[in-house]
Amino acid sequence: MKEKTIAVQAKDLSIGYLQSKQRKVVQSNINLTLHSGEVTCLLGLNGAGKSTLIRTLCGFQPPLGGDVLLRGKPLSKYTQGEFAMEVGVVLTERTNAGGITVHELVGLGRHPFTGFFGTLKERDNAIIEESLKAVGMLHKSGNYVSELSDGERQKVMIAKVLAQECPIIVLDEPTAFLDVTSRIETMVLLRKLAKEQDKAIILSTHDIDSAISMADNLWLLSKGKQVRHGAPEDLIMDGTIGDFFSKENIAFDKATGKLNAIRPNIFPIGVLGDFNTSFWVGNALVRNGFTPSNMQENGYNIICKSPADIELHLPCGAIKKATCVASLCDLLCSITLL
Amino acid sequence: MQKYSKAYYILAISFIVLFFGNLVYGSVNIPAKEVMNILFGGESPKASWSMIILNSRLPQCITALLSGASLAISGLLLQTLFRNPLAGPSILGISDGANLGVAAVMLYTGGVIGGMGGGGYLTIVLAALAGSLAVLAIIIWFSQKVKSNVMLLIIGIMIGYLASSLISILNYHASADKVHQFVMWGMGDFSGVSLEKLPYFTCFTVVGLIYSLLLIKPLNALLLGEMYAANLGINVRSARISILLCTGILTATITAFCGPVSFIGLAVPHVARMLLGTSNHKHLVPVTILSGACIALLCNMLTVVPGSSNMLPLNAVTPMIGAPIIIYVIVNRKNLQYFN
Repeated sequence: MKEKTIAVQAKDLSIGYLQSKQRKVVQSNINLTLHSGEVTCLLGLNGAGKSTLIRTLCGFQPPLGGDVLLRGKPLSKYTQGEFAMEVGVVLTERTNAGGITVHELVGLGRHPFTGFFGTLKERDNAIIEESLKAVGMLHKSGNYVSELSDGERQKVMIAKVLAQECPIIVLDEPTAFLDVTSRIETMVLLRKLAKEQDKAIILSTHDIDSAISMADNLWLLSKGKQVRHGAPEDLIMDGTIGDFFSKENIAFDKATGKLNAIRPNIFPIGVLGDFNTSFWVGNALVRNGFTPSNMQENGYNIICKSPADIELHLPCGAIKKATCVASLCDLLCSITLL
Repeated sequence: MQKYSKAYYILAISFIVLFFGNLVYGSVNIPAKEVMNILFGGESPKASWSMIILNSRLPQCITALLSGASLAISGLLLQTLFRNPLAGPSILGISDGANLGVAAVMLYTGGVIGGMGGGGYLTIVLAALAGSLAVLAIIIWFSQKVKSNVMLLIIGIMIGYLASSLISILNYHASADKVHQFVMWGMGDFSGVSLEKLPYFTCFTVVGLIYSLLLIKPLNALLLGEMYAANLGINVRSARISILLCTGILTATITAFCGPVSFIGLAVPHVARMLLGTSNHKHLVPVTILSGACIALLCNMLTVVPGSSNMLPLNAVTPMIGAPIIIYVIVNRKNLQYFN
């Protein structure tokens, strides 16, 4: 097996900020590594220190303790110019770049390499086109940035990072303002870049679903808890994610990988049938405050024969038929009344 | 480059036309042929004509074009730095600082100034420079402390108010004739720079304009915001100081020599963007300089009331051109795309 290259390493890192000469530590004792060729998602609720960690990794604010090593060399040893060739960022910061073309915007990514006036040479232009091609935006190269949709803009910003030719890419909530398809496209693109160009990619996100399905690695940040990391599946099955996100009324469902609101009446109902129908019937059950489970003796059971043929077996032996999930829901409501 | 050459052609032609227009058109009627003759060192039928052309109209022309270029570029630098389409040299309090300096000298040491001649003039220039550089120093000091540019913009506006309030106090206690003199200066005038003063004026403005050309790369990076710029290897703090300093030198010089000329700094960068169709500073900086020169020359021409020896004050003319442009930019949302 190929040895993984460590791109970024946090050693006993403390992050936070200085406020009127007082150190406000948000998280301490962070020990994490970021590997080349992997996508890592940084998850955490608001106030857990996600942005602080991202800003520290980007060099925008100094660590309060410990150190960050970029490819073995401490962050503080990098000059600004060297750092620009090491770490590329995509931020949520508002830009004023509406009046330049996509090509020119991606060209700004060549800044660390160009001369005093920032003139682009032939090689620079080739790299810009290459980067635009990688994100699938080459056809918009002559358009103004203001003409792009939010998703396209995000892709162009990613192309800018590619033009910067950094081995490490840090993205602050890259999918925050995107619609659901652009969100998936962006995540797929980041995965592709990590695998094909051997980039080390870290992004912060609130989107647990896509983090679980797309990330090689999760970093979990939570106020007052140690930082946890690992492959999403491992973290789900050993209950770590559940611990991190569970609140009074919200529970993480290991089976579906979703956060659900806990209802007071947890009432088990057996579900049996083909995978597709029983999955979505389960979804409806959870929403209505029931717990889908194995077949119940002397209890309520649902037999799914097809999406249009669902049977509700009552404890008394009576069978009620539903032709769709909506009518099943109506039947379930009448049970709640019982 | 070819995409943008149209703007350069239009501006080059307008510049030449306006430059000669300024020399030919004035309250004294001099035939165009004679103007050319005088310019190329020929004898003119009337000695007063060559006096008017060489000692009055030519210096005024050069003053106008340099002032326009300087104010316009100051406006562009501030609009990019503060990411605000309504930023201009007067907004940071730099010109208010200059006003304050001038007010202090005019209203208090008053007697020296008398006319606008001799040593008195130099005092005004120095006072304006001192005032604007003082405000600039405060702004730069705050720019180290305050991270956000919006905050800095607000601080600039507040310092402007403070300076204006001090000017009000000075005005309130000054004698009527001095107040009148100060008000006249406040109306702006490109004719104040005589042939002897022109080299100093040219020196300061040209240095400032060249300085602005050196800022093209950081200005482009700043389009993405300060954090992105920093990530692209730009030293944001020193870029900020450079931009403020460049603006300060240019605004102070113009205000000292020509009074507080309004609207050119605010409106011209928008004209330049409309002409070019890009906010890439590689072209925007030179085109803004050229457009500023052209528009100032146009304004200078418009101060001459046709068929009379009366002149309009410069600051009565600049808003007539500037204000409609600003309204057009704001109403027509396509023009604001540059700030999206």
